[in-house]
Amino acid sequence: MQMDRWPVVRQLRGEDRTGRGAAVKSQGSATLRPRIGGADRVVKSICPYCAVGCGQNVFVRDEKVVQIEGDPDSPVSRGRLCPKGSASLQLTTGSARRYEVLYRAPRATDWTVLDLDTAMDMVADRVIATRRATWAWEEEGKRVRRTMGIASLGGATLDNEENYLMKKLYTALGVVQVENQARI
Amino acid sequence: MAECHPVGFQWVMEAKARGATVIHVDPRFTRTSALADLHVPLRAGTDIAFLGGIVNYVLEHERYFREYVVAYTNGPTIIKEDYRDTEDLDGLFSGFDPDERTYDFHSWEYEGAELSPSAGERDEAYEDKVGGGPAGGGPAGDGPAGDGPGGGGPAGGGPGEGDVGVPVDRSRRVVESSRGQAHGSGGAAAAPNPERDETMEHPRCAFQILKRHFARYTPEMVEEVCGVPRELFVKVCETLAANSGRERTSAFCYAVGWTQHTVGVQYIRTAAILQLLLGNIGRPGGGILALRGHASIQGSTDIPTLFNLLPGYIPMPHAHMDEDLDSFVAGTATEKGYWGDMRSYMVSLLKAWWGPAATEESEYCFDYLPRLTGDHGTYQTVQAQLRGECKGYFLAGENPAVGSANGRMQRLGMAKLDWLVVRDFSLIESATWWKDGPEIETGELRTEEIDTEVLFFPAAAHTEKNGSFTNTQRMLQWHHAAIEPPGDARSELWFYYHLGRIIREKLAGSADEMDRPVLDLTWDYPTEGRIGEPTAEAVLAEINGWDGDGEPLGSYEQLNEDGSTACGCWIYCGVYAGGVNQAAQRRPGREQSWVASGWGWAWPANRRILYNRASADPEGKPWSERKALVWWDEASGVWTGHDTPDFAASKSPWHRPPRGARAAEALSGVDPFVMQDDGKAWLFAPAGLADGPLPAHYEPQDSPVANLLYGQQRNPVRRTVADRHNLYHPDPSAAGSSVFPYVLTTYRLTEHHTAGGMSRWQPYLAELQPEMFCEVSPELAAERGLEHLGWATIVTARNAIEARVLVTERVTPLRVQGRTIHQIGLPYHWGPNGYVRGDAANDLASLALDPNVHIQEAKAFTGDIRPGRRPRGPAKAELVEQYVRRAGVDLETGTGVLDGR
Repeated sequence: MQMDRWPVVRQLRGEDRTGRGAAVKSQGSATLRPRIGGADRVVKSICPYCAVGCGQNVFVRDEKVVQIEGDPDSPVSRGRLCPKGSASLQLTTGSARRYEVLYRAPRATDWTVLDLDTAMDMVADRVIATRRATWAWEEEGKRVRRTMGIASLGGATLDNEENYLMKKLYTALGVVQVENQARI
Repeated sequence: MAECHPVGFQWVMEAKARGATVIHVDPRFTRTSALADLHVPLRAGTDIAFLGGIVNYVLEHERYFREYVVAYTNGPTIIKEDYRDTEDLDGLFSGFDPDERTYDFHSWEYEGAELSPSAGERDEAYEDKVGGGPAGGGPAGDGPAGDGPGGGGPAGGGPGEGDVGVPVDRSRRVVESSRGQAHGSGGAAAAPNPERDETMEHPRCAFQILKRHFARYTPEMVEEVCGVPRELFVKVCETLAANSGRERTSAFCYAVGWTQHTVGVQYIRTAAILQLLLGNIGRPGGGILALRGHASIQGSTDIPTLFNLLPGYIPMPHAHMDEDLDSFVAGTATEKGYWGDMRSYMVSLLKAWWGPAATEESEYCFDYLPRLTGDHGTYQTVQAQLRGECKGYFLAGENPAVGSANGRMQRLGMAKLDWLVVRDFSLIESATWWKDGPEIETGELRTEEIDTEVLFFPAAAHTEKNGSFTNTQRMLQWHHAAIEPPGDARSELWFYYHLGRIIREKLAGSADEMDRPVLDLTWDYPTEGRIGEPTAEAVLAEINGWDGDGEPLGSYEQLNEDGSTACGCWIYCGVYAGGVNQAAQRRPGREQSWVASGWGWAWPANRRILYNRASADPEGKPWSERKALVWWDEASGVWTGHDTPDFAASKSPWHRPPRGARAAEALSGVDPFVMQDDGKAWLFAPAGLADGPLPAHYEPQDSPVANLLYGQQRNPVRRTVADRHNLYHPDPSAAGSSVFPYVLTTYRLTEHHTAGGMSRWQPYLAELQPEMFCEVSPELAAERGLEHLGWATIVTARNAIEARVLVTERVTPLRVQGRTIHQIGLPYHWGPNGYVRGDAANDLASLALDPNVHIQEAKAFTGDIRPGRRPRGPAKAELVEQYVRRAGVDLETGTGVLDGR
């Protein structure tokens, strides 16, 4: 019946007399599905913003992250996320993210796109050359075995395992100017 | 806390609902203030005066927890006769060297006990212990050998301890490098057997010195210095004191509002002294809690991407004549406590890094470590860049063009580099300054003349990689990769692993000795997936460590000094116990006790509250049933409780170490502070600090008022940077000081993240906080003709920025020394890129550094504010120049040592 599409008719005829349930459902709302419905899997994660360490559930469908929500299991956060944590989906899948390596040559006025392997090779060459050119065995007669020609800043947003490899490689290279936000 | 750690703040609100009183001390009124019982606005940069005032109140009114203080702190310990306090020297401590701008700490030491600091730069007394005479020697003096709980424990001199009387070379600068990470675990070292007076009546005991030192921090003084009315201040004191002791505990939460000062470390020290006096350390509901702003900033301090540390707070070695592993250990280890096992930690680390090459014959490749010769912190790096000495720079998830103090120096420094690698999600300001930075606009830099090569690498998100974050309570939590990173986006794990692999391939076959550490490095991690991602759990397994059979270790107590164990970070040992990733534990909180030990893994040994032996009395009984955490179970002869006891499991409260015991064995049953060389918490720091054994209030580098407490205006050993881009403001007594009359302070907002790299590119967050603004009071707006929602220009001797004006009573003018002090609040999230843009507040700040940790003073400085937008192009630099001229500022301004006298 065409008339039954009218919410008021359904409200008067049906059991939902207060109009807060079935009576007011539209075809549109009836076909709504939760964003996380149909997710292939839920992956346990941790919010990447501040150091409270709220739990996150990451919902994946067709190898794409489709939603990130607070993890109710976490004794830290009990399912809550702040505005930043709630924006994690935009952080991880938003249009502002870059997926290409960019290169700016000396005195150039713009970027050019570079392939990843070439760029990695260029960085390795520059590290080796700068290290060699600025190497010091001694300073004021004391052994230092290092280069002051290379520095690094960053780590507080990264994983422990990443910081570990950074410190290990830099130290083996003799790079001592290794720093992160903890100094700042 | 409600602003910057909102989800953590839910627990404060839970406590409030159960009757807790919430006090918020902050120059501005925030979401935290709105929910607090008491909001106390104070002048930025005066927290030592404020906290010192509470210390004085607690001492004067005898509100301290006497049994706790006597048993667990160095309050009873006698200090050397030649110690002179700020009370004697009008704001200086004994040992000051005005030429070197350093202190010699030797007069601060315990009576009859030689010291070597162990927080941060722990070889402060290297010459005493190594260079000053042969290692070994007699005990440093016997303290009272108590025979019951509460007494001191006997301990003989151990190997490596130098004689007290050996003449030492004191010409070396005491301040060599960062002496302590404010959030680290570093204990400091004292000889294990100092003289104590358990009555705390001895005039030279730390407790009595403390009393005299803080006696001038009266409520009246607090009112005049901080601008906090004395009635309000006394209410804070009374509330805190009433809520501490046997039955109750109070906690302090802080963030960089306490650290970014030229006296930042001493801020935390003052809070530590207060919390120890009140018995609020090592107990549930107590503590001094650093609320850290990045997901794993704690982890990046524990496994440090920091110049002065190796993993687990092992100090990076300093350059000394003929230094070897033995002398390094002798110079940095403590006699007593867990730092006594320094050699085991160090050798195990070297084994993890250099594997088969690390043998006894090769001294475990100790010589492969580069050495420090001073401060090599990030603000030294920027100066080295400007001098052309530092030529290559990696940025990994950090945006110094916006986030570091004096952003202009950062950008000018990068313009001098040969090459710059930026790894981030989007094109942050630190990646694009060469084409659209503020200095391009003013004409100071021209794109076509900048030689720096820039390589931008897109970073993988947390959802695209496996790994662990260490949160602000030392808890490691594993996040699992949901998908592989798209395009050329890669994790840092991928980037650094493959960079190392390529470098090693290119150097293969090199016979150059400088390449040996690279070629001998253990660097054979398994990789997986389409992109060859290193297996993060394999790296975690190395961090955890293994024994000679390759079996994962379960505890740092298993580490050996003979090369039979490897461990990448000793304090994380146990995170992979049994070959199981403990950081990935996820037993739901509702299925556990309030301690929730089954979720994640907290270092060390999954302890959730550090030093929790102090939650029980000397006999091992909880101070009160309400506040029970761990206790001694006499029947079974072990420590037990809700949390993992932070104490040797079977060491009874009555245990007294035998003579000659060393390291952890030398700790008695009443030494809860197991990292300290005397097992006690330090009210008075006899070593380890660059700027004094006790906190003293000094005015910030840029301040509108004179120091009322002492003749000494500023921290005499603060680090200043003489550079034409880094001019300081005149002394308050100088004629030009009125040119910069207002106090500036920077802060964060809920909707943005630090320098904005993870929030200004997110549409939701950009919309929620769309524009840079400054907060001013209605009174200041009237004084300077500022209109709500209009524009203002804020000027310092470093730079000028513009911001929208928010006229609000959230900022309160304060009465200080008979005059009105206006404060201006500046969020620092914005820069020229992203969806929402604005000038960077950090461009206004100077490099004036804490002498212990070399952090910048960004939370209290001065400036001027005027209506209207800032000038464009070269006219901006001219405006700043006008101010500099009017104020009579030059390179010398504000750099005096004994200033204010």
